[in-house]
Formats: sequence, structure tokens, C-alpha cells
Amino acid sequence: MYKMQLLVCGGTGCRASASAQIVENLNASLKAHGLEEDAQVVTTGCFGFCEKGPIVKVIPDNTFYTQVKPEDAEEIIAEHVLKGRKVTRLLYENPKTQEHVADSKHMGFYQKQIRIALRNCGFINPENIDEYIARDGYSALAQVLADLTPQQAIDMVKQSGLRGRGGAGFPTGLKWEIASKNSADQKYVVCNADEGDPGAFMDRSILEGDPNSIIEAMAICGYCIGASKGLVYIRAEYPLAIKRLQIAIEQARECGLLGENILGSKFSFDMELRYGAGAFVCGEETALIHSMEGSRGEPTFKPPFPAQSGYLGKPTNVNNVETYANIPVIFLKGPEWFSSIGTEKSKGTKVFALAGKINNVGLIEVPMGITLREIIYEIGGGIKGGKKFKAVQTGGPSGGCLTQKHLDTPIDFDSLVAAGSMMGSGGMIVMDEDDCMVGIAKFYLEFIVEESCGKCTPCRVGNKRMLELLEKICNGKGNMGDLEQLRNLALVIKDTALCGLGQTSPNPVLSTLDNFYDEYLAHVQDKVCPAGQCRALRHYFINPDVCTGCTLCARNCPVQAITGEKRQPHTINQEICIHCGVCYQKCKFNAITVQ
Amino acid sequence: METIKLTIDNKAVEVPKGTTVLKAAKQAGIHIPTLCYMNMEHLGIENKPGGCRVCVCEVQGRKTLVPACVTECTEGMDVKTHSLRVLNSRRTVVELLLSDHPKDCLTCLKSGRCELQALANMMGIREIHCEATAAMSTYRKDASPALIRDMDKCVMCRSCETVCNDVQTVGALSAVNRGFMAVVAPAFEQELTDSPCTFCGQCVAVCPTGALTEVDHTPKVIRALADPAKTVVVQTAPAVRAALGEEFGYPAGTSVTGKMAAALRALGFDKVFDTDFAADLTIMEEGTELLDRISRHLQGDKSVRLPILTSCCPAWVNFFECNYPDMLDVPSTARSPQQMFGSVAKTYLAKKMGIKREDMVVVSIMPCLAKKYECQREEFSVDGNPDVDYALSTRELAQLIKMANIDFRSLPDEDFDHPMGESTGAGVIFGVTGGVIEAATRTAYEVFTGKKLEKVDFTELRGLEGIRTATVDFNGTPIHIGIAHTLGNARKLLDGIKKGMYNFHAIEIMACPGGCIGGAGQPLHRGNSSFIKARMEAIYKEDAGKPIRKSHENPEIIALYEDFLGKPLSEKSHHLLHTHYFGHPKK
Amino acid sequence: MNKLILNDCHKKTIKDICDSFGNKPGELINVLHKTQEHFGYLPEEVQNEVAVNLNMPLAKVYGVVSFYTFFTMTPKGKYPISICMGTACFVRGAEKIVEAVEKELNIKVGGVTEDGKFSVDCLRCIGACGLAPVMMIGGKVHGRLEPGMIKGILDSYE
Repeated sequence: MYKMQLLVCGGTGCRASASAQIVENLNASLKAHGLEEDAQVVTTGCFGFCEKGPIVKVIPDNTFYTQVKPEDAEEIIAEHVLKGRKVTRLLYENPKTQEHVADSKHMGFYQKQIRIALRNCGFINPENIDEYIARDGYSALAQVLADLTPQQAIDMVKQSGLRGRGGAGFPTGLKWEIASKNSADQKYVVCNADEGDPGAFMDRSILEGDPNSIIEAMAICGYCIGASKGLVYIRAEYPLAIKRLQIAIEQARECGLLGENILGSKFSFDMELRYGAGAFVCGEETALIHSMEGSRGEPTFKPPFPAQSGYLGKPTNVNNVETYANIPVIFLKGPEWFSSIGTEKSKGTKVFALAGKINNVGLIEVPMGITLREIIYEIGGGIKGGKKFKAVQTGGPSGGCLTQKHLDTPIDFDSLVAAGSMMGSGGMIVMDEDDCMVGIAKFYLEFIVEESCGKCTPCRVGNKRMLELLEKICNGKGNMGDLEQLRNLALVIKDTALCGLGQTSPNPVLSTLDNFYDEYLAHVQDKVCPAGQCRALRHYFINPDVCTGCTLCARNCPVQAITGEKRQPHTINQEICIHCGVCYQKCKFNAITVQ
Repeated sequence: METIKLTIDNKAVEVPKGTTVLKAAKQAGIHIPTLCYMNMEHLGIENKPGGCRVCVCEVQGRKTLVPACVTECTEGMDVKTHSLRVLNSRRTVVELLLSDHPKDCLTCLKSGRCELQALANMMGIREIHCEATAAMSTYRKDASPALIRDMDKCVMCRSCETVCNDVQTVGALSAVNRGFMAVVAPAFEQELTDSPCTFCGQCVAVCPTGALTEVDHTPKVIRALADPAKTVVVQTAPAVRAALGEEFGYPAGTSVTGKMAAALRALGFDKVFDTDFAADLTIMEEGTELLDRISRHLQGDKSVRLPILTSCCPAWVNFFECNYPDMLDVPSTARSPQQMFGSVAKTYLAKKMGIKREDMVVVSIMPCLAKKYECQREEFSVDGNPDVDYALSTRELAQLIKMANIDFRSLPDEDFDHPMGESTGAGVIFGVTGGVIEAATRTAYEVFTGKKLEKVDFTELRGLEGIRTATVDFNGTPIHIGIAHTLGNARKLLDGIKKGMYNFHAIEIMACPGGCIGGAGQPLHRGNSSFIKARMEAIYKEDAGKPIRKSHENPEIIALYEDFLGKPLSEKSHHLLHTHYFGHPKK
Repeated sequence: MNKLILNDCHKKTIKDICDSFGNKPGELINVLHKTQEHFGYLPEEVQNEVAVNLNMPLAKVYGVVSFYTFFTMTPKGKYPISICMGTACFVRGAEKIVEAVEKELNIKVGGVTEDGKFSVDCLRCIGACGLAPVMMIGGKVHGRLEPGMIKGILDSYE
């Protein structure tokens, strides 16, 4: 055993900031100091605190180094490992007190978090099954196979109150029960890892940081519903997650945790990977199944549900990555323990990808029922740059915006729906006063129009029409009738679209219409974008008191909208101006103002 | 059977378990409008992507509206098909479809028969909101020799895709792209001519809008009729007479042979002939070829390829040329009746009438769109002059008659001209599935056995079953016959033969459901099988009423051989009445 | 459209890929992934060969290829640039990055530079929201971008 371990984050964010180089340098320094026998460098999954990455954690003393650079490796080894002295300058600094915090337990970012789905992320080497096993890995499976009938196991999942983490929050145990009761010669367990929400990366982090927990959970599910085959439908754009999952499957097979007669039982289960190919709609379970069957990922009407007729027409249970990640813990700690966390109807925790205009960007896992205020101001460390909080978008293109008035609402499946949003997969994008909410609605619709499968009229044509209306409004050409039409279209699409994604696609529009109607009005009636984001509504003026008449702006204006004598204040002809902002950027005297 | 009780618009309904809301409503006499839904009952194929969302209804307790076409009834369900919420949504959905649809209804070929137009009328849509900013999804136009694709008018009902893939197994069409630009098209949105399309035209027959239509030959025919230097000769296919009446308000299954002849004469055709005559001629050639192969086979000649396959159907010919290039020597070499007619008309008849080939224009009236392609095949022309100049569909003929202000219903019954207007009952039944082989059997039996046929009707060869097999006793020699209609069934039959599952002597294949009576040139069926059955009855009735019912007894056929051709399979026959096939492997 | 004349070696590669999936039409997407991995893109001729091997209509193959954004019918540049358009990147100015890259390379999103060096695409969240806005060039992630940094980054690619 090593006396010391240096855990280096190998998540995508930290890898982008040269964490692989850090590992290399740490190893080189260990060697140089002859410490190879004493300390070990381990590449782990995501620690969650992406804002402060790359992260290096030293155990057993739990020292948490942030924003480490490859050149810091030598100092960490020489000081901390060799001499036992912490490298203070690399420690996290509490933004309020300016104190250095060494242990992550004392950081605001981690204090309110409860890590169930992310329990192993950042603690183990995801490419080594032994480390997973050392943390009670596969003992839930062993326990289920040895002691429980499938129905007993399903009952435990039901008792836990776990609901699907992928979107609408369907009770997981019930889903398993339905699949188990439909008899067939072959059934399938499917893991939906086609994370497509623009701004969510929790599934990726779990697969990269703790792939074995998914394998274990899928095997348990297979035992419960009577399936011997598991399929993971994973985004082809996640090469690292694919690699680690493949390694984990290989190792599980070698250990007899996948394959024939697992752990000496009569239960056999094996799995393989299917690759997504870039279609958001394949997050919808019927579309996902069609895609796995080699077809266009177009959803079909439910019923029949996949639990009745899914992959290749056989009963199929589809859950997402985070849902599965919760399963082993439920068996290890008991459903009562799990259901003691959370709110009445939403049990356990939820992983959110906290991003946007917030100080602590990262992956967080919080108990259901936590308030937005706690997330934003305690975990998230407040709004970036001291700006004013405006909204939080949850649920991605299917969700909506929560505002100031929702700050103290406990967050769970139902309260989010009541607020006009939804849990979705867990993207949580914080917006400040500089964000135009009409523009945000437009952003999501652009996404939806691009990702619509085109099968049903409301989504294919309706969302396109909504986008056109929003473009019109952002260009200052909108009228009150457009707002009315926008709302009508949104409501009809919600009511008539074929699949869950189509039905929720108007949410970003409806929710901004409800919560930020005055911003729409400003665009439509006053032809002004309050956040100053909509370019066509930006008006540039030259302050004659400041203008020196240097002519730089006039020379750079692409449409010759600026005139004036040399050394005399210039003016912008608003009729000609195309709102490009070049003059604003070029002016050295801050003489140009934007309205 | 387990039944379900529910209420639809406050009416109590009881239906078998598994019934959809749409069907239950129909049973209760409640009409729910649909667009993408299509039920081809006799083929056992339902197109119900549940995509257009026109049929949405309100079900108490459900969060969103549900599409009636794919929602199964459940016990105690309370359905509202025309509530305000439903009407607003349905109206908005139709409006959305219209916002992405060209507004050239006045000049659209489908005007008056377009289901989207009918829906817009029904919903009383007089304005399309947000039209000013509405971009249209537009695609390259595609005009093949037979079919025109104008996908700007596509509503993504997927009927054509279903027919092309599930019914015909041609696989020329698929949904491509996604979102707003999603459309049904051949691979790479290429033209149909570069795809495995057979021009069977069934996609046209099921298209609810003007997205898929036929190439219009009527202007060219009008020009020819107006040209005093041209002698315009017309031939009418067997199936046309059983369906043309529908365009003039007659119920399906009304045979209008006499009025049709009168109308063609009134339109100014110089000679009004009958393709049925050429059908009889086909039997002489194809039947002789069949007997020749069977006799050689029975004598132990191993080089004989059996079964012989019929070759009257041009879509079928395209299909096997494309999909079975290794079997090109199996089908009969006999040309189709349309082409036999053209070939004889421009030689035998032209000579008889004392006119030059170039001065004769042969027009055919066909239940088929592939015939438009067939008559343009290079091998069916002499020095660039085609044997058949133009092929009009049944629909186009109706259009011509209406255009010329002819009151069809008050026309007298007239006879065809001669010498190419006489036909037998055997020629008439070419129009239905099983008819060609029945006609061939009538003649082959008598020639093979030397005996007179007691019973002319071979009912075992009739019906609407997709694949039928029968064995006919040729005086102690059992002759095994296979019949398939739709290309999907043809594929099943052929693949079965390749695997050695069947042992047939002769097989008849027709590309369209029900045979030519269900052809894509007929009044549009859009999957409705009741039309097809009625037309079939009309054809058999016409056959039964004919004084002569065997091709080889047709006096004009006998005269043709005596005066001109010599005998079946003679050198002249080979030159004028037979063809060869070209393999073009599948793309 | 880029035409590719398939030689026997290409055809054998495609056949081997199809064989390895049992020539089942249900494996189409897996086959296309492998094929694209090999050829870099999926030109018409390659799709046709796949259709022949899997014994399915070419139209259906194209229907799938044109549905999924991961499949492409045009070859990518030597250094494919993918700009993240996830929400986190969007609110931190990804659009300005797109503009800067387009301007610097003088091509639009979806295009390839004339010398074949760079191609530009947008993609959904790549899960590096902490570094937003980000772009990937080849396998390397560049984060915390500002429009002014683009030229320098692109110049560093030979």
C-alpha cells in the first residue's frame, strides 16, 4: 500500500487544461525524488468543481489543490509529499474571507452536496475495477443475486421512491415491474447515455468517473425484469466515456461479474454498446430504440411502451445513466435510507450541471428539496462579476426559466413543473442582467428546430414558425399580434406534438413569456433590447462632448454611416447604420454609447 | 371477444379490444378528419405514422390531445372529437401545414382532389397566421418520364414511403433529412430515373396532395388531334372501362365501354380501337411460348427455363430488370399489349390505311403510369418514331372529356372501329390480377389438349389474395400456376422460386393491387379496397357477356395472322411483338 | 458532391465491416460509424456499397445518414474545428467565437478551407462548461476563449 495518493481529475474539463500533463509531471517528480514506492498518482473521474480545475487531491489528508498547472507538479511533490507541507498558493481561497481552505469538506461548493450518483467520481481510478470493488462495488449485485427474488428487489427500488433522472421522473421501480410482468423469450435492459441537452454533462462524468456502477445497476435491472442482455446507447462524441465503459465491461467479464452464471447464480447477463450519431431526439426512448435498431431516430406513439414492445419488439427497460448510478446504493444502504433524503414525492438527490454566469461552474449533486438560493449563492458562489441575478434555466430545451421569485422554492420534479420548467436531465444555466430572455428563448428554439426529427407537423413546422416570430421580434419588427400568435403556437405544439420532446419544446418560450413578458414588450413596443444583446435593437450614438474627431470610426464603418469634419464631433446616420458595433469597438475615447 | 365500452362525443360505443379511437368513431358515425392515415385493408397494410396530428382528439384525464388514428380505446374512455380545444389545435395544425405549402391551388393538378385543400375548406381557414415571415421548405423538382415529384407540396404523411417500401418493396423512397427539411425522396434526393423506381405510380395513387403526380400527356394529344396531317389512333386498355365512369359520377364497378368509345370519337380520334384486341394477340404469342417451353420441358429439355413469367406489366418488367438481373431469360419475351398494338398499328394498319408511319399517332388510354415510361423505351421505336406516341391515364382521359365539354353521361354506347377493335372475354380480363394467366390457360388448354374447353371460367385463379397458386389439369398433365399482385408479393414469389420452394410452370405478376384495375392511372384509390373489388366485378361481368371468350377465336386476330404475321412466334412476330430485357442492377 | 471511385480494396474494407456485423440491416448505424471512421466521410459510393452489402435500399441508408449530424458526406479538414454551442457556452459568448473563426478562416460553419486544413462545425455540449466558451480542434479542447484569441490558436496549427 502507498502512504499517499494523488488523485488527478481526468474529466473532460480538466483534461482540456492539461491534467494529463500534470499526471506525467507528478510521476516524473516522484521518480526524481525516489518516492515511487510511497505515493501513487491516480487519474480519476470528475470532481465536479470544474471552475477551479484542474484539480489534484492528496489523500489521506484530503488536501484539495485547485487550478493546478503542469509546472506546479514538482512543488507539490517536493513540499507536500516529501516534507508534508501544503502548497498554500494552490489551495482554494474562500472568496468572502480570503482564507485558504485545504479540505474540500469545508468549501461552500461541497458543503451542501450529498453525493450518491457521483459517490465514486473523483475517488477511484475508473479504469480499474478493483478500486470500484474496494468501495463496495458489486456487493449490491451479489446481495440481490444471493438473497432476493426479482420481485423483492423491484419492491426495494419501489420503496426507495427513485424516479427516472432523464426527464419526466417516472417511478423507476414501477417501470421495472411493468417490464418484468411482460413475459417474453428475450428482454433488454437499455441505458440511455445519449446525453444531448446543451449544457448538461452529468452522464458523461458518471460514465467517465464510475462506469462500473452503471454495469452493476444494469445487471441488477436485468435480474429484476428477466433480461440477459444490456445495451448502452452512448453518444459517439464521448470517446473517453466509451473507452472507460469498454474497459469496465471487459474487466467485469474477466471477474465473472458479466457473462454466464454471474457469481455462481443462475443469472446470466452481458452487455454491449450502441453508438448515438448526433440526434437530440434519440434521448426519447422510442426514438432511441429505433436508432438502436439501425433506423432513423423517429419517435413513435406510446403505447405500446418499451416495457411492452421495445428493442426488436421485445420488452425493454430504458433508464438513463444517473438513474442507474443510484441503484447499487439503494441496495447497500437500504430504501429507507434513500427515501429519507429529498422531498415527499422526489426522493434522493439530483445531479446538476451548474454553468453560465456563476462563479463556481461545475457538477453538483444536491438533495431534492434544496432551494435555488442555496445552489446559486452557497454552492455556486454567487453570480459572476457581481452582476445581478436574472434567471436560471433548467431542463434545457424542454425546460423553462426560474426567476427571482422562485429562489426559495424547494427544487424537485413537481415544483419545477409547477413553475413552468422541468427537471430534465439536469442542466442548470444561470443568467444575469446581461442576458436577453427573448434571445435565450430563440437560442433554444434554434436548437429544437435543428434537432426536430420532422415527423409530426407541430414540431416540424410549428417550432420553425415560432423561431421566425422570435427572429422578427429580436430584429425589432415584431408586433403585439406576433406575441399572441407565439403563445397560441406554443400551446398548440404542447398539446399536439407526437413525443415528449416535441410537447415540451415550447417551454422555453412559454416560460419566458410568463416570467419576462416586459422584455418581450420592450422588444415589440419600444424596439429596445433591455439587455443590449439583440444587435438589431442596439443603437449607437456619438457623444459630441467626448468625440475628438479622430475619424477612426468613420474610416472603419462598413456602410459609411458616420460623417463629420476632422477634429470635429462626428455623427451616426441611424437610417444607414447596420448596428454592427465596429465603431464602438474602434473608438479609443469611449465616445460611442449604446442604447 | 373482449370488448371495450367508451363514449365519443357523448355517444356510447362498444368496440373490440384493440380498436383505435378513429375506427370506433367511424363505427359510431362520427367523422374525424385525417391526413396521414391510410388503410389499405385488402393488402393488410396501414399507414399510420401518427405524424400529421390532424386527427387529434381530447380524452378526459389525458394531459395532451391524442391522435385518434393510433390511440387504442380503453374502458370508460371519454373522447371529444370536436371540442373547442380540439378545433383550435386542429385548425392551427392545418394552418401550419398550409404555411409550408405552395398556394398554387388554382393550377395544381390535384386541385379539387387534394386532401389538404379539402381539410382547409372543412376547417374554414381563410388566413394563414405568420405567413409573412414563413419560410418554405423547397426541393428540386423531379420529372421522370412517368411521374413528377414536387416535394414542396409534401406533407410528410409517408404514404408513398409505405407503399414504395412495404407494399412494393421497391425501396426507391425513404424519409430523408430531418426537421423542417425532412422529406420523402430517393437516395441523395436524386431523380427517380436514377433510383430503383419502377414507375408503378402507386405513390401517386396514395399521395393526398399534389406532391406526386403523373406527367401530363394531354397537351401533346390535343396538338396531335388538331393536326390535319396526322391520323390519330387510340387504344383503350381493359381496366379503363371499369373505372372511367367514376370520374363522371357513376358508382365504382360501372362498365362504360360504349360511352368511352363514343367519347373518344367525339374528341376527334380518327380510329377508336381496343387494347383488348392486342391482349388477345399477346395470348397468342405468350401462350404459344408457354406451350413451347412446357412441351420441351416435358420432353426432357434441360435448357428450358421455367416458370415462364408474364411480361405485360411495365412496372414489373422494370422491377425484375433492376432486382433480378440474373433472371432476364425467364420472363416471356412477348411485348405488352400496349406495345403490340402500337407495333401492329404502325405497320399492318398503316399499310392497310395507306398512310405513312410518321403520319400516324398512336395514343393509348391506360390505367397505368408506367405505360408512359414503357412507350418511351428506345427498343419500342423505329428510327426514333415510337410505336406508341402518348399514353394517357384514365384520369387524363376524363380530363380531356371534361375539357371538350362532352356530356359523358348522355353519350350513346358506340362500338370500336375495326380491324383492331374486336376482342374476346379473355382480352378483357387482362385488367384484373389473375386475368392474363386465365386467358392464357383458356387458349393453352385447347391448343395443348386439342379438346374444347367445357368451362371457360377458372375461378381458382381469381381473387384478391396477394399470392395465389393453382394447378390446372391439362388432360392429365398438371400445370402449376402462380399469381402475385403488388411487387412485394412478386418478390416473395420470386425469392421462393430461387430458394426452390415452388415448382411452377407459369406465373402472372401485376405490380398494382388488384392488377391494372388498381393501377396508378385510375381514379385515385388511396388505399380504398372497395373500389378495387367493384372494378373487378365489372371486368368479370364484361367477360361473361362477351360472345367469344377465348383469344384464339378472335376473328380479327385470326385475320391478322393470315394476312400479316403468319403464325405465333414467326420471324415477323419476333420482330414486331417480342422484346428483350436489360439488367440494371439495383442502386 | 465529392465523388470517390471505389477500388477493390475500398470495397473489401466495406464488405469486411458489414460482415463483422453479420450484414444485418439492423446494424446499419454501427456499420456507418465504422465506415466513416475508415473513410473520414460517407460519400455516395460508400453508402451504395453499404446498401448492397446489407441488402437494403440505398434510399434507406441515405435516410439514416441524412438524419444524424454525426454522419457527413463531405470530408472534414485536416484539423476539424468544433465549436460548442451548448447553453453554457452560448451565454458566455460562443456566437462571437463562431464569428471570429468564420472571419479568420473566411468560411462558414459547415465549410472547409480551400487548402483542406480546417473545417468548422458547431456541436452540442461537450461537457466542458467550466471552460466556456470552448472549441475543439481535433481532439484538443481550447477553453475560456475570447474572439481575440482565435487567430493565435489557429496559427499554432501547422
